[in-house]
Amino acid sequence: MTTYPDRKTLTHLERLESEAIHIMREVVAEATNPVMMYSVGKDSAVMLHLARKAFYPSPPPFPLLHVDTTWKFKEMYKLRDKMAVDSGMDLLVYQNPEAAERGINPFDHGALHTDMWKTEGLKQALDKYGFDAAFGGARRDEEKSRAKERIFSFRTASHGWDPKNQRPELWNLYNARKNKGESIRVFPISNWTELDIWQYIHLNNVPIVPLYFADVRPTVMRDGMMLMVDDERFPLQPGEEPVMRSIRFRTLGCYPLTGAVESTAKTLPEVIQETLLTTTSERQGRAIDKDAGGAGMEVKKQQGYF
Amino acid sequence: MTDTTTDPIYVTEALIAEDIDAYLDQHQHKTMLRFITCGSVDDGKSTLIGRLLYDSKMIFEDQLAALESDSKKVGTQGQEIDFALLVDGLAAEREQGITIDVAYRFFNTEKRKFIVADCPGHEQYTRNMVTGASTADLAVILIDARKGVLVQTRRHSYLCHLIGIRNIVLAVNKMDLVDYDQSVFDSIVKDYTDFARSIGINTFTALPISGFKGDNITTRSANTPWYSGPTLIDHLETVEVLSALDAEKPFRMPVQWVNRPNLDFRGFSGLIATGSVKPGDDIRVLPSGKTSKVTRVVTLDGDLDQAVAGQSVTLCLADEVDCSRGDVISLADNPPQAADQFEATVVWLNDEAMVPGRAYWLKLATQTVSATVQSPKYVVNVNTMEHLAAKTLELNAIGVAELATDKSVVFEAYTDGRTLGGFVLVDKITNATVAAGMLNFSLRRAQNVHWQALDISREAHAASKNQRPRVLWFTGLSGSGKSTIANLVEKKLHALGKHTFLLDGDNVRHGLNKDLGFTEADRIENIRRVGEVARLMTDAGLIVLTAFISPFRAERDMVRSLMADGEFVEVFVDTPLEVAESRDVKGLYKKARSGQLKNFTGIDSPYEAPEDPDFRVNTTTESPEDAAERIVNAMLAG
Repeated sequence: MTTYPDRKTLTHLERLESEAIHIMREVVAEATNPVMMYSVGKDSAVMLHLARKAFYPSPPPFPLLHVDTTWKFKEMYKLRDKMAVDSGMDLLVYQNPEAAERGINPFDHGALHTDMWKTEGLKQALDKYGFDAAFGGARRDEEKSRAKERIFSFRTASHGWDPKNQRPELWNLYNARKNKGESIRVFPISNWTELDIWQYIHLNNVPIVPLYFADVRPTVMRDGMMLMVDDERFPLQPGEEPVMRSIRFRTLGCYPLTGAVESTAKTLPEVIQETLLTTTSERQGRAIDKDAGGAGMEVKKQQGYF
Repeated sequence: MTDTTTDPIYVTEALIAEDIDAYLDQHQHKTMLRFITCGSVDDGKSTLIGRLLYDSKMIFEDQLAALESDSKKVGTQGQEIDFALLVDGLAAEREQGITIDVAYRFFNTEKRKFIVADCPGHEQYTRNMVTGASTADLAVILIDARKGVLVQTRRHSYLCHLIGIRNIVLAVNKMDLVDYDQSVFDSIVKDYTDFARSIGINTFTALPISGFKGDNITTRSANTPWYSGPTLIDHLETVEVLSALDAEKPFRMPVQWVNRPNLDFRGFSGLIATGSVKPGDDIRVLPSGKTSKVTRVVTLDGDLDQAVAGQSVTLCLADEVDCSRGDVISLADNPPQAADQFEATVVWLNDEAMVPGRAYWLKLATQTVSATVQSPKYVVNVNTMEHLAAKTLELNAIGVAELATDKSVVFEAYTDGRTLGGFVLVDKITNATVAAGMLNFSLRRAQNVHWQALDISREAHAASKNQRPRVLWFTGLSGSGKSTIANLVEKKLHALGKHTFLLDGDNVRHGLNKDLGFTEADRIENIRRVGEVARLMTDAGLIVLTAFISPFRAERDMVRSLMADGEFVEVFVDTPLEVAESRDVKGLYKKARSGQLKNFTGIDSPYEAPEDPDFRVNTTTESPEDAAERIVNAMLAG
C-alpha cells in the first residue's frame, strides 16, 4: 500500500491493516505459544499476508495450523503447501485420528462430519501442541454471534465460549492474561467486511485458490446447492451425471459441503463486481449455519467451534 | 415490505456494473469513521442501525427473507419489517427483546466506511457502553421524541464525554409518532442544550429522525420542512475523524516488539499513537531518556518516507540504544513524562468491587505494571452528576482516585492522548479486566521522592549476621495457633544464634496500625504496612516471623512480591474453623457469633486459604512443638 507524504488521514483499509498488525504483535509479545489457523480460504490468505507484514523482515514467529478434514478441494491443498514454503513458516496439518478411523465423511454423516473433523479436530490439535493463543480469520460481518465476539476471545479448558462473560475490550488494549487451561482465540480481522477482504487481496496481489475465479468445472445439484465433483470419492446417485458449468466459489470449505455459483468472473475486479451485485450473503453457500435453527453458529461456538 | 422502503442509495450500483475499476478506486480511498449509538431500551437504536444497513444494501436477499419471516414471528412491528431483528444477535437477546452486549456493524457510503458499535442502554451494562465509546470518533445519542431527555440520556452523554468523544449527535427519533411536530423537537433540543453545557459538551448536532420510517437518515424528509440541517448520513460522511487530529500531535510510538531476525537488523515495531515520523528525525526513548535518530521506516512494501498516527511500522535507529517492549519512542525535544503516582478517573467494570490498596495489573499502551488504587476521592452519580463520598467502586461506578504503580509509567494526560492516558486494570487472581481508567495528571510527590542509595547493602547486613534473611509468614484463622507456633520457631532460631524478630498482629495494632479498623480496606492496609516493615527488616538481614490472619490471597501475594525471590516463606496454620472456634482463646468467636464483632474472619468475612503454601501445619494432628521443629529444620537445610 502506498502512502502519500503529506496525507494525515489513513484510508479505511490502511486503518484495518494497521489494527490487524497491532493485534498480531500484541499476541506474539504476550502469549507463550501462538499459532495461526490456516484454512486456505481467502480470509486465511489475508491473515497470512498481514502476518508477513507485521513481522517483516522476520518471518512470522509462529506456525500455521491446518485442521484438515481430508475433504478440501485439491487446489486448496496445493496452495496450502506452496504458501507454507513461500512464507518460511512451519505448517502443521492435523487430522482427527478417530474421524479417520471411523471413516467420517460429509456424504454419510452430515453434521457429525463438521463436529468430528473440525470442532473435535481443532480441540485435539490445540491440546496436542499446547497452543495458548490461536489466530483466526473470522469477521464480525459474517454472522450474528460473531458481531458480538471480542477480538481476544477466551475459551475454557474444554474450549467453550461464554458470550455473557466476555472481557471488556477498551481502546486497543488487550488483556491477554489467562487462567490455567484457558486459551485465546484472536481475531485480527474482526472489523473487516467481505468487500474489504477482496479489495485488500486486489491491492496487495495476495495469492488465493483459483477456485475463487470462474472456470468450467464438473458439477451436480444436491438439495438446492451446486456441488463440484472434485474427486472420485463423490458418490453419484443413479442417473446422476456431472454437468460442466462455468462456476466459482464465494467461500471454500469441504468440497461436498460448499455450494458454487454460476459465474463468468475470471479476474478479481470481476469477482468483486459480482460480489457487490449479488443478492445472497456469503455464508449462504455453507450448510453449517443452518444447523440448530437460527442460533446455529452461536451454539457451535459454545461447543468449541472456531 | 413497507411503503417506506427506500431504494439502496449509498451503493452506486450503476458504477459497479459499468466500471468496477473506477468503483474500486473510489472505495480504496474511503476514510473510516467509527461511531457508537446509545439510547434507552426502547429508543429504537437497533431499528436505526438495521435501517442504515438496509439502506446501504448490506443486507442480502437470504437475510431479508429470514428477516421478513422473523418479523412476523417475533417482530414488534406487526406485519411490517422489524429492522431491529437484523442486529439483535444472540439467542438470549432475541428472547428478551433487548441488546445485551456491544455489537459491531459495518456499512459503506460513497465517501466512508463506517463501523458502528451498538451499545445497550440499561444501567447494568454501562461497561459495554464505555467499551464501545473507547474506539469511537462520534456518538449518536438517541432520544424518543415522545419521552424527551431522560436520565439515561444524561448518563450516556456523560459517559461519551468522559471517554473523550467530541462529536455528539443528538438524534431525536420516532418523530413520526409525534406528527413531526417542530415544537417537540425544539423543546427537546433546548432541554438537552442546558444539560450538555453543564457537563462540558459545548457543541452537538441535533437531528429530527425516524429510524423506522427513514426520515432524515439518507435523504431530507418531506415531513420535516422546518428542518434545514444535514441528514444523518451527510453528517457522518463529513465530520472529522479522530486519527486526523492525532496526526497533528507530537510523535509517540509505544514499542510492542523488538524485531531482530539476524545480527544485522534491529527494528522496533509499534503502532504510531500520535504525530508522524520520518528518517532523520531526532527521537528519545522513554523512560531511559536516551536519544537517537530514525534511520529507516520499514514495511514489507518498502521503506516509507513518512508514517503518521494510526500506522503500524518498524523503526530502525542510528544507535544501539536500549529499547524494548513497554518503552515509548517519542520526539526528542517534546517527550512524554514518566511517573508512578497519579490521579485517575476509574470506571469499575467488574461484579467484584474494587478493593482499595489491593495490587492489580495496570496495562497502559504496551506497559504492564503493578498498581494499587486508593479509596476514591469521590464517585460521580451519573444521573445527577453529583460527587458523592465512597469507600470503594462497585460495578459501573465512576470515581476519581489516586493510584500508585510499582514502576514508573510513561504517560500523558488522557485529554492529550488516549493511547498514553487510557489504561485497564486486571485482577491478579482471576485475570479479569476489572476497570478502565484515564490518567488525569501525575502527583508531584512522586517526582520528588527518590530512592536513597545506601552504602551498606542488604547483602552486607545479612553476611554480618551469617544468615539468609527470610520472612516466615504465618497465616490462618483467629485461634488457629499462629502466634504459638511462631513463638516456638523464634525461640529455636534464637537458641541457634540466629537474628530474628517476631511481628505479632495484636502488638502491631497497638502501635503502627492503631489508626486502622477491621474493614476489608483497613485489613489490606494493615497487611501492606506489615509487609513493608518486614521487608525493611530483611534489608537489615533479619529473619522475620509474622503472625497475622491475613485472610486475602491477593495481599499475601502482594507481600510476597515485595520480597526478594525465595525470601517469603508462607506457613499455613490449617486449623479447621470448628476447632479454632472451640478454642476461642480471646472470646472473639463468641462476640462475632452474637453480632458484637463485625467482619470477623471465618464468620462474616472470608478466609482465602493458600493454594500452595511452603508449609502446612494441621494442628489437629501435629503438635505446635513438632511443627516448629519441622519448620526450623527445613529452614536450616534450605
